[in-house]
Amino acid sequence: MEDLKPHGFWYSPFTMRVVWTLKLKGLSYENIEEDRFNKSPQLLEYNPVHKKTPVLVHGGKPICESMIIVQYIDELWPQNSLVPHDSYERAQARFWVAYSEQMVPALPALIQSNSAEEKEKAVQKAWENFKVLEDHCLADKRKFFGGDKINIVDIAIGSFFVFFVTIEDLKQVKILVAEKFPLLHLWFDNFKNAPVIKENFPDREKMLATMKPFLERRLASS
Amino acid sequence: MTEKKNSNGEVKLLGAWPSPFVIRARIALNIKSVEYDFIEETFGKRSQLLLKSNPVNKQIPVLIHGHKCIAESMIIVQYIHEAWSSSGPPILPSLPYDRAIARFWLTYIDDKWFPPLKSIVLGLDTEPIEEKLEKVREGLVLLEDAFNKISKGKDFFGGNQIGYLDIGFGSFLAWLKTVEVTEGVSLVHETTTPGLAKWLQKFCAHDAVKDVLPPIDKLIAFSKMLRANVDLVINPK
Repeated sequence: MEDLKPHGFWYSPFTMRVVWTLKLKGLSYENIEEDRFNKSPQLLEYNPVHKKTPVLVHGGKPICESMIIVQYIDELWPQNSLVPHDSYERAQARFWVAYSEQMVPALPALIQSNSAEEKEKAVQKAWENFKVLEDHCLADKRKFFGGDKINIVDIAIGSFFVFFVTIEDLKQVKILVAEKFPLLHLWFDNFKNAPVIKENFPDREKMLATMKPFLERRLASS
Repeated sequence: MTEKKNSNGEVKLLGAWPSPFVIRARIALNIKSVEYDFIEETFGKRSQLLLKSNPVNKQIPVLIHGHKCIAESMIIVQYIHEAWSSSGPPILPSLPYDRAIARFWLTYIDDKWFPPLKSIVLGLDTEPIEEKLEKVREGLVLLEDAFNKISKGKDFFGGNQIGYLDIGFGSFLAWLKTVEVTEGVSLVHETTTPGLAKWLQKFCAHDAVKDVLPPIDKLIAFSKMLRANVDLVINPK
């Protein structure tokens, strides 16, 4: 029995990446749910540099940064490998994981948009990233970014898309438009229905219920 | 220097001599004794080869190995570690936990530590220079502590050999020195950061490093040119 304790917020895309990875590897763990507005002293001790989640504590040793945690788990438990075997394909997968970081600013921009004009501008920004993925990453019409199997790129990008669809509900705006991004739309459909991901996909109503007051709290404090 | 493997023009590196990100790839290639063609980009203008080999980010460095194009400096370093695994010492640590620690500090260096240093180099007026220098110094204190823990008394972050984190951090040393000279400050010093001060000497003298770290006087002249063309740095053509 491995001593695995991920610290995170269930609704955070960064925490989702870690949970999905643990589940894909069939690993048992003890989930430590943190409160964003009242972080535990243990968390601050495990990640003194950034004081952020997620942190995976394995046998008392902390590992920080979501995709670093994902790679750590994949390297220690190689079953259901999440990276390609070939060095070049692996470099490509790492490239797209790194690219996913460029999508991060789109999330708060969308959350903070209110007027129709602000929403339009925020959606356009997200679409710039979507177009790159559609044209460069999915152009060969694969089922997942990992081909037939889910890989680190699916995990990295899938976690953000959970947020994009939540924002669609919250802000009443279409972001993942099938006509504009057919491959990306199909990919996300494949991803959210894949075994393990489907069983560990955040509940839509629960996400809305959690994000709404959080949104109001953020807007009130800004 | 160990004899280089003849790659018959099979390995090319697109880059520029001042770039710390390009320096990372060059050090890794040197560690693995890989012969390569160094194709220098002209500042402020992207070549067709660059646009073709890295259409997404359009940035150097790009490693071209046969028909394969690999972009992003530390992804290139990891690729070199894997593709030439039978040549020279390993670059990444062998244990997953040690790799996670190295990757963590690399992310910190790139995302948190380097931006204020870059801002000083470019002469941006986003905040007073003293504040930027303070951020750089605070980061060096964290990195000193990390070095002492990770090196475990050996010469490098990678132990007896230079490794992933040595390359990732060490690639910035010429720019760090340039800022010390142009701003008249001391950043890495044997009294404040003794571990890093010793590491720096050994790193810069290493066979795989010494010919690719640019001379400081050349960098100082280059930084003057950069400041005069900041708009080209931020929005390259």
